[in-house]
Amino acid sequence: MALSVITSGKIAHHLKGKMGLLGVLIHSSSLCSSLRHRHHHCSSSSSSSSLIPHNSRNPDAVFSDSAPGFSIRRYESTKAQNQLDSLFVDHDDEIQVLDFPGGKVMLTPEMRFINESPETRIKCYRVLDDNGQPIMGSNFQEVSQELAMRMYRNMVTLQTMDTIFYEAQRQGRISFYLTSIGEEAINIASAAAFTIDDIVLPQYREPGVLLWRGFTLQEFTNQCFGNKADYGKGRQMPIHYGSNKHNYFTVSSPIATQLPQAVGAAYSLKMDGKDACVVTYFGDGGTSEGDFHAALNFAAVLEAPVVFICRNNGWAISTPTSEQFRSDGIVVRGQAYGVRSIRVDGNDALAVYNAVKAARKMAISEQRPILIEALTYRAGHHSTSDDSTKYRSANEIEHWKIARDPVSRLKKWVERNGWWTDENELELRSSVRKELLHAIQVAEKAVKPPLADLFTDVYDCPTSSLSDQERLLRETIKRHPQDYPPEVPV
Amino acid sequence: MFGIVRRRIGFGASHASILDRCLHGIRPALSTSRCYSTAGKEMTVREALNSALDEEMSADPKVFLMGEEVGEYQGAYKISKGLLEKYGPERVLDTPITEAGFTGIGVGAAYYGLRPVIEFMTFNFSMQAIDHIINSAAKSNYMSAGQISVPIVFRGPNGAAAGVGAQHSQCYAAWYASCPGLKVLAPYSSEDSRGLLKAAIRDPDPVVFLENELLYGESFPVSAEVLDSSFSLPIGKAKIEREGKDVTITAFSKMVGYALKAAEILAKEGISAEVINLRSIRPLDKPTINASVRKTNRLVTVEEGFPQHGVGAEICTSVVTESFGYLDAPVERIAGADVPMPYAANLERMAVPQVEDIVQAAKRACYRSVPIAAAA
Repeated sequence: MALSVITSGKIAHHLKGKMGLLGVLIHSSSLCSSLRHRHHHCSSSSSSSSLIPHNSRNPDAVFSDSAPGFSIRRYESTKAQNQLDSLFVDHDDEIQVLDFPGGKVMLTPEMRFINESPETRIKCYRVLDDNGQPIMGSNFQEVSQELAMRMYRNMVTLQTMDTIFYEAQRQGRISFYLTSIGEEAINIASAAAFTIDDIVLPQYREPGVLLWRGFTLQEFTNQCFGNKADYGKGRQMPIHYGSNKHNYFTVSSPIATQLPQAVGAAYSLKMDGKDACVVTYFGDGGTSEGDFHAALNFAAVLEAPVVFICRNNGWAISTPTSEQFRSDGIVVRGQAYGVRSIRVDGNDALAVYNAVKAARKMAISEQRPILIEALTYRAGHHSTSDDSTKYRSANEIEHWKIARDPVSRLKKWVERNGWWTDENELELRSSVRKELLHAIQVAEKAVKPPLADLFTDVYDCPTSSLSDQERLLRETIKRHPQDYPPEVPV
Repeated sequence: MFGIVRRRIGFGASHASILDRCLHGIRPALSTSRCYSTAGKEMTVREALNSALDEEMSADPKVFLMGEEVGEYQGAYKISKGLLEKYGPERVLDTPITEAGFTGIGVGAAYYGLRPVIEFMTFNFSMQAIDHIINSAAKSNYMSAGQISVPIVFRGPNGAAAGVGAQHSQCYAAWYASCPGLKVLAPYSSEDSRGLLKAAIRDPDPVVFLENELLYGESFPVSAEVLDSSFSLPIGKAKIEREGKDVTITAFSKMVGYALKAAEILAKEGISAEVINLRSIRPLDKPTINASVRKTNRLVTVEEGFPQHGVGAEICTSVVTESFGYLDAPVERIAGADVPMPYAANLERMAVPQVEDIVQAAKRACYRSVPIAAAA
């Protein structure tokens, strides 16, 4: 018996005859199933599926919107469907549902491959247009003046800090630096949506999150200079910040390793029953790592409260996203792992803030992972070791730096609200600049970490062989003091 | 059964170790009768590991176990038998097949403050997770300047089993022991297994715990002290399994058993061998090894793994640096063959050290036989 996608009436009539007593139930259930067929026909050609609210697991919920005539039957037919599933399986020539490990699936006699990409790309959530004007009908919660101004000030500070430290590296005063130019909104607006109890596992282009939480400019500078006041005791390259008291885990260079770690930390939070979540950041390139797959998959299985934020800035050093993956960005991968996801305009501070706030709420209240793809552009070079004009046009860089700058976009909005003037702007930028230059002067003059810090923290307590090595070193220094650098304390 | 009897007579295992700790290695000559009367209870290595895990999980709610097949299947080698039933799925996690994934997750949980025990089905599969073991676990405390400690244990069978081929037989002791920030332990007996696993779980640093599949089923006598739930062994201390005065033989894991058998054979030929069970590969108990070499003046190192850059090479360096004047013969190094492990039983036997190889090496060190031609 060929079961094809035909009108509900035909199936119902056919089955009614066969099943007799259960005729009524069959009628409603088969209506349901054929509706399902029809819906599946449609969904592959429309992008409406992306806007389905979170009860998408129950396809019937969708029908109630698209097929009002049958909504009355919906409740009954769902129950009947469950009862009939087991019956159906027994009837060889009546099978519509297949029972396999992993659950029941509807069968189809039509061989149809799912397209490698949706017909239209997943839409991007945005609230302010390029001129800082709220978009008509946009769905967002108003942000208070206090919060908006705090966000704006931090974005300006981040931008200024990046510019000055980049110049300092060029002058040879620090060995390395990596900017977040163009991604200030992602940094600050996402940070604003979390609380201090939420644990942050960054990649390396998110110092703004630490800035938001209260890390001072002097503290940033000390780490970059690797002096005695550096919380990292001079052990790491510049920009590898970390601070326990700000719940910001130390930056680690290998890409995407923080993703499964974030899931582990979230699992611990879950076991503790804390009202907090974990947030972890990564770039478009990082999603190619095996760790990305393991982390998303695992987070879904463990039901871990973690917010995954992907900064899709178009470039992984010189690799454009077209050479990184062929999927519709990162957002579509969420569903592949059973993770709820959203795409947002990463240069729109208010959109980012709103989306992240909602994501955090879902992650904690529903104990599930959420994936956010924030589209943006890496306006600066990958790092001070890179010259991106070698692989992309200077015009493209200019365009994004000037016309699509997230800081100026938010600036337009706060100015229009009457919360900010040009004088404020000048004053803020010059005072931050002055503070940074002073911090650099202080950090440069500060003494380096002492010799003892070479051997501590390898283990909780130094082993005897480490103590021996230290003793040997000190003896050697005593014997040859003229060969030991004077500015390094012993 | 036969093996058990042989072991009782061969050395004063558990009882001697207690004396060891009290008298700092200065002991009267072996009295086998004393050992026979006190070694009432026996325990397999598997039971030892299982009981250690059980007790530590019971004592500290932060300890949890994660790995493939550790839960419902009761453990690929049944080491975690009964634990899922007792502690529930939140503390005994069956993971998807992703070593990199669950190792990273374990490290993340440790960053936050839990105390994970990660099981690798064999340490050969740990290579798929080695970035997380080294870069995420071993180096974190140092790189974060003490802000992120990683109290994690990575455990599982290491080294050759029987007829499992190249990708299931490599020994990783030398690889992990070369990395600062890690502690690497290799138990031999049930007492070792219990004491060292408990110490590993309680330790605030990341520990690589190298078990041996073929030892899981072997029984060893255990004293009442070993059975106590507060028992633990110090990390970084080797154990002198058998005292001797003519040649020192160092070994770890399964090779300790072989070394003891070799010592028996050598004793019949008038050579008194001192067998040191290293227990801890990193930190290596260099003082004990050197003190022994200064007494015997001859050294044979035994390991199952590949020779180049192996554990024996490190021991040799230590002895040459600190006790050169005491050496009466070149250091002999016994290791596995420098080939990926073959499968055929006859070839496999030739690729792994046998008791006879240890005996020959000891004799060479004592100048009792013609030395072999220099190896390439």
